[in-house]
Amino acid sequence: MSDNQKHHLVPLSIYYTIFLALMVGTALTWWVATIDLGAMNNVIMLTIAVTKATLVVLFFMHVKYSSKLTWVVVSGAVFFLLILLGLTMNDYLFRNISTFG
Amino acid sequence: MSNGAAVAHDTHHHHPSLAHHFDTMDDQKEASLLGMWLFLAQEILFFGGALAAYMVYRSWYPDAFAYASSEIAILPGAINTAVLIFSSLTMALAVRAAQTGERNKVLVLIVITSILGAVFLGIKAYEYHDKFVEGHIPGFGLTFQFEEQYYRPAQIFFSLYFVLTGLHALHMIIGLGIMTWMFIWTKNGIITPEYYAPIEIAGLYWHFVDIVWIFLFPLLYLIGRHVHHVG
Repeated sequence: MSDNQKHHLVPLSIYYTIFLALMVGTALTWWVATIDLGAMNNVIMLTIAVTKATLVVLFFMHVKYSSKLTWVVVSGAVFFLLILLGLTMNDYLFRNISTFG
Repeated sequence: MSNGAAVAHDTHHHHPSLAHHFDTMDDQKEASLLGMWLFLAQEILFFGGALAAYMVYRSWYPDAFAYASSEIAILPGAINTAVLIFSSLTMALAVRAAQTGERNKVLVLIVITSILGAVFLGIKAYEYHDKFVEGHIPGFGLTFQFEEQYYRPAQIFFSLYFVLTGLHALHMIIGLGIMTWMFIWTKNGIITPEYYAPIEIAGLYWHFVDIVWIFLFPLLYLIGRHVHHVG
């Protein structure tokens, strides 16, 4: 790891830009929620939420400037969250399909 | 090298906050940040369990969830989202000020972050009071009031609402305790540009709680707006 990564001082302008992006994202979610887009409402809402969360993790939580090991832990957490939600829903959504063909 | 020289060497080079089992301050900081991330990985899966329950019940009762969600007033939730995002900014700026050694700035930013956290909890309490007035609290022997056709699944929705927002609010309260702790450490001069890992770790916690709310706001407040216009 380089010294630059260890003591990275993030420029103030980045913090302000991320803050603005998060505020815009919040307004956008509220606005989109009032328009009937069918199933797309959920997709758009979650895409905005995931984008906002990623911005917080990368810049406010400094993961963009962190060691590889930190990246592994963060990705691992998200991976296991997806296993938890994905396999649970795989069970509940397809439970009543008991036969094939 | 004589003993005396070794001691002098030690006091000259070793930071008072460096634990004996680490070679350098950088090793120590890296290890403590990694430890915090492992804790947050656990936190992600902890909230993930509650989210899984939400997903299962919502897939069973999509109409009831949409209707119950639209009974919640959006404005307080939206204001709280903005309040938390703003508090995340001041928290990030507090960590930065600790890096550059601007102690007074750190103290001011910690106080602002804490005030915003308290505002969030105040608005949350106001919302809980609304739920009490509207008869939307399932349990505690209270009378739950809701449209007949969605009565039972709406109780499930509001149970999940209180579990998710309640756990989140508990995290906020703990966060305020951590902020008080960091204020004292900064004021006492323990936090320096060489040893700011505690502030950074407190920041990781604060941002994580913000991220949880980034998901709770749409999932609880907004899922029924395009079909119902109640609250």
